[in-house]
Amino acid sequence: MVTQVTSFGRSGLSDWLLQRFTAVILLAYFVFIVGFMICNPAMSFDTWKGLFDTTWMAAFTSLTLFAVVAHAWIGLWSVSTDYMTTRTMGDKATVIRMTFQATYSLILFYYLVWGFKILWS
Amino acid sequence: MLKVSVYRYNPETDKEPYMKDYQVDTQGKDLMVLDVLELLKETDPSLAIRRSCREGVCGSDGMNINGKNGLACVTPLSEAAPNGAPLVIRPLPGLPVVRDLVIDMTLFYKQYEKIKPYLINDTPAPAIERLQSPEERAHLDGLYECILCACCSTACPSFWWNPDRFIGPSGLLQAYRFLIDSRDTATEERLADLDDPFSVFRCHGIQACVAVCPKGLNPTKAIGHIRNMLLSRAA
Amino acid sequence: MSLRKITFDAVIVGGGGAGMRAALQLAQSGYKTAVITKVFPTRSHTVSAQGGITCAIGSNDPNDDWRWHMYDTVKGSDYIGDQDAIEYMCSVGPQAVFELDHMGMPFSRTEEGRIYQRPFGGQSKNFGEGGQAARTCAAADRTGHALLHTLYQGNLKANTVFLNEWFAVDIVKNDDGVVVGVIAICMETGETVFVESKATVFATGGAGRIYASTTNAHINTGDGIGMALRAGFPVQDIEMWQFHPTGIHGAGVLVTEGCRGEGGYLINKDGERFMERYAPNAKDLAGRDVVARSITLEILEGRGCGPNGDHVFLKMDHLGEDVLHSRLPGICELSITFAHTDPVKEPIPVIPTCHYMMGGIPTNVDGQALTVVDGKDQVIQGLFACGEVACVSVHGANRLGGNSLLDLIVFGRSTGLYIEKALRDGINYTTATDANIDTAMVRLNKLNASSEGGSVAELRKELQGIMQNQFGVFRRGDFMQDGIKKLADLRTRIENIHLDDKSDAFNTARFEALELQNLFEVAEATAITAEERKESRGAHARDDFQERDDENWLCHSMFYPVDKSVGKRAVNFSPKTVDTFQPKARVY
Repeated sequence: MVTQVTSFGRSGLSDWLLQRFTAVILLAYFVFIVGFMICNPAMSFDTWKGLFDTTWMAAFTSLTLFAVVAHAWIGLWSVSTDYMTTRTMGDKATVIRMTFQATYSLILFYYLVWGFKILWS
Repeated sequence: MLKVSVYRYNPETDKEPYMKDYQVDTQGKDLMVLDVLELLKETDPSLAIRRSCREGVCGSDGMNINGKNGLACVTPLSEAAPNGAPLVIRPLPGLPVVRDLVIDMTLFYKQYEKIKPYLINDTPAPAIERLQSPEERAHLDGLYECILCACCSTACPSFWWNPDRFIGPSGLLQAYRFLIDSRDTATEERLADLDDPFSVFRCHGIQACVAVCPKGLNPTKAIGHIRNMLLSRAA
Repeated sequence: MSLRKITFDAVIVGGGGAGMRAALQLAQSGYKTAVITKVFPTRSHTVSAQGGITCAIGSNDPNDDWRWHMYDTVKGSDYIGDQDAIEYMCSVGPQAVFELDHMGMPFSRTEEGRIYQRPFGGQSKNFGEGGQAARTCAAADRTGHALLHTLYQGNLKANTVFLNEWFAVDIVKNDDGVVVGVIAICMETGETVFVESKATVFATGGAGRIYASTTNAHINTGDGIGMALRAGFPVQDIEMWQFHPTGIHGAGVLVTEGCRGEGGYLINKDGERFMERYAPNAKDLAGRDVVARSITLEILEGRGCGPNGDHVFLKMDHLGEDVLHSRLPGICELSITFAHTDPVKEPIPVIPTCHYMMGGIPTNVDGQALTVVDGKDQVIQGLFACGEVACVSVHGANRLGGNSLLDLIVFGRSTGLYIEKALRDGINYTTATDANIDTAMVRLNKLNASSEGGSVAELRKELQGIMQNQFGVFRRGDFMQDGIKKLADLRTRIENIHLDDKSDAFNTARFEALELQNLFEVAEATAITAEERKESRGAHARDDFQERDDENWLCHSMFYPVDKSVGKRAVNFSPKTVDTFQPKARVY
């Protein structure tokens, strides 16, 4: 069995399923936000803040944040293991790929913490 | 006269590959591309190609014909290069070139071997054949006909990037051929071997494999079936 | 000259059905077995076989009997098939076919779940008295493909060593005349290697490319026959060439006899089902030699179809789209591609086309190659043969459809079984000396050193033209003598081919030159033997000797390459468990 310690779920099937689950959450969130903006054409900061002050919206947004992190991790991992390989770049590929993966994992973690801070503080 | 442009590379004499132009007298006939190459070889025997049955069942002469992967022996000029357009022949893409149109298919065959392409059934064999209903047998149609020509796998971008880890459309078609055979008892073992991020899940449904298969087979559909089997096994 | 040497318990030259069946047997029993094959195994010509494997497995008719199949095969051979070998093939056949199913071969099925069997030419029930039999086990019309892939898969499972894209050049014999391996070239690198083995099995297939019009693949160049003849070993019944009645006109691509088995029939330009005249009982399912001659006569007598009246039609549209698409899908595909004709709507233009070599290296049922010394059979130590290259002989003067695949698996299996036993008992031989290897290298060295001479493409065309015109469906003494003269002239030129490109990496020009020399050996043996056999029997039909001559020619012909002489060898009429089938007039 081909394994990859850096893959998200360590299994092709779980990654694949997760990618689709998170895509549905992202789509639902996107549709909701767009719908909300259309329904409130003259939106003020207060309406916007009011929305996010509700617990359910904070929970929905948190879920979406998790979804973004998982979705991006799996997607970018896929991209990096497609193009940043020894076949395409030679020996330096592993170092480049690990650096790339470390960088975007830090960025994703940062976004997650930042988002939580905004939502729950 | 037909203009034929052929990819040439001899590792012993050429620093790098180049395209060589030929004029071939087809006498106005709608020849198969392989016939054109055979005519061409009469004047330039140094051109290396693989060919055997010349009727589309052995899978030797897969090549890239005017941008599309196909078997030279069953691709007529009228389809490959209509209205006297020049014929442009290159090796199948994505795998190393040994010489001219001959590619190194080691990785392709490795992926085939990886899926255990043989029936596994540990129950004692009966004195006659193992019975199989026509309906059970019908599941194998569209799968067992694969000729291992590699047109599909070498048309697949996912296979180009990961030919060592992604099984590729051809191998997966065969994987499903054994998963679905009513006589095979190793379904669990086979599925466990496929449940990693590369073997099956690098298929992104591009369907280039379906577009080029000279036998009209549909690897993408087979891959979908495998995914469903993996899903119902895990869920 | 010192070559790298690799050593195996058994080496099989040829990765087709017979070779892989033999290899499977040996690899399964743990012996170090290698298959040398000039194409990746699944590209061997077995892949093109369509109709099926004829074998009395009792699926279509539970009362079917291998003895009936044996009777049909003996009759089909025009009585020069060895009855002990035919008995072995027909009786062991069912076991060999069931093994294929157990290995995973995707046979078509009956409602009961058993292997589907279709009618084929020359097959009868109850020793010719019970009408047409349906005995040919099929995987749609892709039986050869299904068989070959299954065998390759079985060999992968058994860990057979495959030397894929290696080309066998010539036999190596030691000082005692024992065959101890072959010289082979790795095509990718060009390296020449001595492959040493305790048992060398030739399973190199046929040589249909000696004719201009053939159903055979480009690779069918008689490499095994060429090597055997150059090593001084005889070949048997090599004048017997089967012309398949239905090759697609112009392209030469095969259209299976299964088309007629499923109910298709041949028509001439008047739309007449002419086989009713030539074979009132079996009609379109008479022996292949009979049907091929009938078509040729229709054309010669002006009843051919098309603007040039040079072919006949195979009509199948009355079978309906469902039957054609489920039972004969490959034929529909080939016909549309190569004849621009959809059999669902129109008949396919067909013509008799060279298809199969009944003759070959004489062997016993254990696959041991034979020669004749002082009128007695003698085993050639170290050399074995099975499949089309061998002449066991189960096909005699005419092979029945569906018997070639059975031949492959039964005798591939028996050869493997015998070698397995021999290896267990121990095989000892003297190692080849450098001088022995040099002898085997003479031909290759000459080609590699050539600086002038003719081109392969031109010489090959010339050879194929001579064979097509002078040794075809109908043969005549004076024509053949003229052909033999032309071949004698051609020999010098073919022995002195010029190889311009001396590079090592996948140099196909080198292999085509070596193949042409093999083709020539087969052609010459065919020509000389055909001229010598002064009778008409099976596929060998002479205008100047139109009758079968049992008094003088109820025997195998033997061609001895050293002095190019033709001798005779007795046919076996002593089956072990059934009574002898006595020769009688052969009517269908």
